[in-house]
Amino acid sequence: MSDVMIQVENLTKDYGPARAVDKVTFNVRKGEVLGFLGPNGAGKSTTMKMLTCFLAPTAGTARVAGHDVFDESLEVRRRIGYLPEDTPIYRDMTVLEYLEFAAELRGMDAQKSRGRIKEIGGRCGLSDVAGKLVSELSKGYRQRLGLAQAMLHDPDILILDEPTSGLDPNQIVEIRELIKEIGKERTIILSTHILSEVQATCSRILIINGGKLVADGTPESLTSREKRGRYRVVLQAAGAAFRSPEAAQEAIRTSLSRLAGVSACQTVNGEDGAHTFGIDASTPDDLRPLLFKAAVDNKWSLLELVRESVSLEAVFRNLTTGDEPKSESKAESTSPEARS
Amino acid sequence: MNPALVISKREIRAYFNSPVAYIVVTVFTILTGYLFFTQLFLEKQADMRPFFGVMPLLFMFVIPAITMRLVAEEKGSGTLELLITMPVRDWEVIVGKFLAALFLLCTALFLTLAFAITVKSLGPLDRGPAIGGYVGLVLMGGAYIAIGVMASSLTRNQIIAFIVAFAISFALFLFGKLTQFVPESIQPIVSFLSIDGHFENISRGVIDSRDVIYYLSVIAVCLLVATTSLESRKWK
Repeated sequence: MSDVMIQVENLTKDYGPARAVDKVTFNVRKGEVLGFLGPNGAGKSTTMKMLTCFLAPTAGTARVAGHDVFDESLEVRRRIGYLPEDTPIYRDMTVLEYLEFAAELRGMDAQKSRGRIKEIGGRCGLSDVAGKLVSELSKGYRQRLGLAQAMLHDPDILILDEPTSGLDPNQIVEIRELIKEIGKERTIILSTHILSEVQATCSRILIINGGKLVADGTPESLTSREKRGRYRVVLQAAGAAFRSPEAAQEAIRTSLSRLAGVSACQTVNGEDGAHTFGIDASTPDDLRPLLFKAAVDNKWSLLELVRESVSLEAVFRNLTTGDEPKSESKAESTSPEARS
Repeated sequence: MNPALVISKREIRAYFNSPVAYIVVTVFTILTGYLFFTQLFLEKQADMRPFFGVMPLLFMFVIPAITMRLVAEEKGSGTLELLITMPVRDWEVIVGKFLAALFLLCTALFLTLAFAITVKSLGPLDRGPAIGGYVGLVLMGGAYIAIGVMASSLTRNQIIAFIVAFAISFALFLFGKLTQFVPESIQPIVSFLSIDGHFENISRGVIDSRDVIYYLSVIAVCLLVATTSLESRKWK
């Protein structure tokens, strides 16, 4: 139990009559980098605001580093670093002044904080802009400053709301590396819209939709959990049996669609008598033996047979656009925008 | 350093890094200087009383202008979220901001000591009322500032913060002028609530605990309301 850093149970938040977060339960262990995914207005930021003690939950509890976010909020806030959405930082201060202010506010020793500010400023690439006003910084630098202040006191837990928004591709890679590195010994929760980012940095993913938790697992387990597989086959038919390549293609397509477990079959292309088909399966079972057998029975030459891995995008779309069989949440999940 | 002091240090720097502090201090000294020296030259009277007399009215305009941004600006720009997710208590945020505005006011008042020096060089300065007057100004200024901080914490719009602070100060100011028009039974209450009545007592050179308690209670109540308003984000 001791390595559970964040413990969330039935966390609920109502804004007036609207429910932004609905009975969310999860745990985060030490050394995990947790990616928080969901459409706009799904409740990601609200959950983070509750974990950082900015908002109080309507119901349910959250314990961060063993302390309740409501009853022991000061203890919680000492142990976390937080980067809010849009990086709200005083525009009338310079980068250095702001970091000094944050260090002082956290009660860091003046001697120690000077070295620490230098170190973290270097790591976040802020050394060149130390004397610049925050209002003069580009979005990317402001984001780095936000990260720097969150990591300044070397917290056990980092909560980052869209940490890479506004950064250029090089900076994104740098920040991801930084997050990965820190994530080895610490606990990080980050939210993002960029799915490839989650795959690159996170060891675990939570998908939230309409305030409800709809998925929880490693990137691998989520993509393999996705039931409907997709296959790609390249077949060659003996030319003599058909009048034209088009006829051959159509005939093969028809017989493939009739196979048990195939929900749809599209022709991708047909060149030099090799026809490529995309097949959507309707069952979780592996269709490859069946497809192979079909080829043998029909005397087609099987040139390629690939089971395509399902992308996280597909999982995300499936879970958040409402073709989820959970009927009770359907009304909410079809219109996630209405909440924002 | 206490977080409240760290916050007030930042606010003071924000005042002096922007035109706010300079404009307020300049306008304040020009206005008070005009009032003081007209008296001096026209009536040939070296006296601090007219200077003190106009202060309750002047504070009503100047102080909401310096307090309106304190919390409202942070609410509007979102910086409040980053500030109060740091390990600070809500009251420390409010008290820090209160102290910063009080510091700015004391800077402006410090410059007006020139008038006291002028009076002293032209004739005998009545020490009691002068010292009492300045003590009273700081106490009364503190009350106006606390009202301003409270108004600022209630909204994210600085203009609304200004108007609310002005309206509350004006209401407290009016109480002193209304005493003749209210029934005799509630007259003592109404006159006790008057924000400038207590100042008049102190600036006579008599520092009475009743007057001090009045200002300290206004400050305490307003800062408490401001803290509560900051906490209200956490109400279930």
